[in-house]
Amino acid sequence: MFDNLSQRLQLAMKKLRGEARLTEQNISEALREVRMALLEADVALPVVKAFIDDVRARAVGKEVLASLSPGQAVIKVVYDALVALMGESNDRLQLAARPPAVILLAGLQGSGKTTTAAKLARFLRERERRSVLVASADVYRPAAIDQLRVLAGTVGATFFPSTAQQKPVDIARAAVEQAGKSGIDVVIIDTAGRLHVDREMMDEIQAIHAAVDPVETLFVVDSMTGQDAVNTAQSFNDALPLSGVILTKADGDARGGAALSVRRVTGKPIKFLGVGEKTEALEPFHPDRMASRILGMGDVLSLVEQAQQTVDQEQARKLAQKITKGKGFDLEDFRDQLRQMEKMGGIASLMDKLPGAGEIPEAAKAQMDDRQTRRLIAIINSMTPQERRFPDIIRGSRKRRIAAGSGVHVQEINRMLKQFGEMQKMMKRLGKGGLGKMMRSMRGKLPGVPF
Amino acid sequence: MGLFNKTTRAKTDDAGNSVGFLGRLSDRLAATRRGLGQRLATLIRGHSAVDADLAEDIEALLLGADVGIEATRDIIGRITRAQARTPDEFYAELRAALLAIIAPCAQPLTISSDIRPYVIMVAGVNGAGKTTTIGKLAHRLRSEGHSVMLAAGDTFRAAAVEQLQTWGERNGVPVMAQSTGADAAAVAHDAMQAATARAVDVLIIDTAGRLHTQTGLMDELRKIKRVIGRFDANAPHEVLLVLDAGIGQNALAQLAHFDSAVGVTGLCLTKLDGTAKGGILFAMAEKHAIPIRFIGVGEGIDDLRVFDAAQFVDAILPQPE
Repeated sequence: MFDNLSQRLQLAMKKLRGEARLTEQNISEALREVRMALLEADVALPVVKAFIDDVRARAVGKEVLASLSPGQAVIKVVYDALVALMGESNDRLQLAARPPAVILLAGLQGSGKTTTAAKLARFLRERERRSVLVASADVYRPAAIDQLRVLAGTVGATFFPSTAQQKPVDIARAAVEQAGKSGIDVVIIDTAGRLHVDREMMDEIQAIHAAVDPVETLFVVDSMTGQDAVNTAQSFNDALPLSGVILTKADGDARGGAALSVRRVTGKPIKFLGVGEKTEALEPFHPDRMASRILGMGDVLSLVEQAQQTVDQEQARKLAQKITKGKGFDLEDFRDQLRQMEKMGGIASLMDKLPGAGEIPEAAKAQMDDRQTRRLIAIINSMTPQERRFPDIIRGSRKRRIAAGSGVHVQEINRMLKQFGEMQKMMKRLGKGGLGKMMRSMRGKLPGVPF
Repeated sequence: MGLFNKTTRAKTDDAGNSVGFLGRLSDRLAATRRGLGQRLATLIRGHSAVDADLAEDIEALLLGADVGIEATRDIIGRITRAQARTPDEFYAELRAALLAIIAPCAQPLTISSDIRPYVIMVAGVNGAGKTTTIGKLAHRLRSEGHSVMLAAGDTFRAAAVEQLQTWGERNGVPVMAQSTGADAAAVAHDAMQAATARAVDVLIIDTAGRLHTQTGLMDELRKIKRVIGRFDANAPHEVLLVLDAGIGQNALAQLAHFDSAVGVTGLCLTKLDGTAKGGILFAMAEKHAIPIRFIGVGEGIDDLRVFDAAQFVDAILPQPE
């Protein structure tokens, strides 16, 4: 989501790369670019100013002057400043209270509280093995309670029934009471969206907070939020003792400036990112990793973690063996790769985390959508095991059969086989030259090649 | 006009009060004005001369209101070229510049009586306020004497159908719906059939919220439009993009993507009753002269206003007394 910011920063830094010395003047030039990039990324103006000052102060320090490569030094400085701004490390939920631990969600209308409540319930159930009860205190939006009831069913959380005729405070209190009786670990209370300038509604959420005494009070904010993020975050922070922030809709192309603004204004850690519509699309937020993502240094750590969670280790080991031998990468392996990629959230999610991915043109990225992946899998599924092992035998009539079986044109079979040929070559090179070399050779060919 | 006591919840002051339309709009935008307008006025009066300092301060304020770098530079450029000599002149030029950018976009939605049903397809990202806008729009059209039908095309989000049905009950208009998970295009198809058979004046089709970067979902939106077009080649007659006023420069990307997918014909900017909002309209107007149909200024059923450029600029930068 930080694509554009990352591109701009990289561009700004590139100008410095050739410089032998870091002068007052060329720092300023780079910082102007940084300022523009941040403003275009919707980082709030006061935050931009503070950030630039911070970078400038760090840049003219000794560490830079002592460095051999000014360009690298500045990237390091910007990176450090970003990490400092966003918090040092991932802050986990603090649920070590006497059960039930209460989590209260608050935010503007349409920021994604109800969806987040469901995602959080699923996360706590699956990753932390906690029993979860969800309750909706949104008596205003039509069918808001219904929405949570349905979502609770899909994520396997207990739903506390409430009606639009009840008072929000009563709902919250009763939900916690019920959870206490039935020995449930965590209660998540979803609330109505409210404007921070709406005194009456802000009083209401304060009353809810006072009634249930939550261990976590989380501010849910849309990552596409503009400059107003500072005002809303400030108001919510003043009204409630926030313990953290959840940034939603981070899977779009929002430049994510809100993340920096909210963090700066509230001083509260961003704990999670919402990265999709499905209930599993919630990721713990890692400031240091996000900083390197912004700068285009990639987020290989997250990628590795994700891989460990989803990838079949045995399969991966076999493939690695094949590749290091430099041969034998067949269509079966290709299909396994495609499937694993799907499991890891699709191409777009992977590309976000790869180093250098920011330099891939937008047009090329657009072609790499996940439908393509599914189509390739369908094509391979329509082949016989022999064809998968020895793709060279696929000629005219086999192609027609495969095309009919997978519902595509013969041209697509041809294109796919050609891509596969390229991949085989690349795999051979990978066996000899390592990953870095492969990344470089891929760059020109990316459109169409599925990873 | 009670500009500074806007603390009551929108719902409570819905019922016909005598403040008048402009007063009420102005009232609802009070927060915006406090954010931008008042600070600007103070700022301009605080400067004794028109200089680089003044321009820089104004640039900061415009940027801080989501006007965006490009539009801000354009606005500053226009005022500088006009060579205002006093801060007051500067202020007048600023108003003129803002109006010049936004005026071409003030094109209200007109429902042609020759077309029946007049089809409005509503699209936008998640949480922009589509369903609420449809509820308010249905109310407005009903009170103008049109018969209205709603189609629950958001078959993805849990309870979205129920949400629209509630709005249908409130307005006394029929809602065509299938269950959650149904094909949205099929819902649109059935609704087109029903609307034609019952000869309703206006059919409003809701769609699921989708981020504009999700190609698959944007294709689905294309399909819905295609299906509607089978009944009437000119339908949907209006593709209304709903945008949250709180979003920043991403609004430009949303507009571009939705437009290339389904051809946006009008905008509705929601949630304008918060703080320091509305600047994004200038950033958009600067790039695309797209009709801005409505603005949402509160949670009440009456809080959907026809967009009027002069009123909007007046509400943000009041004329000096």
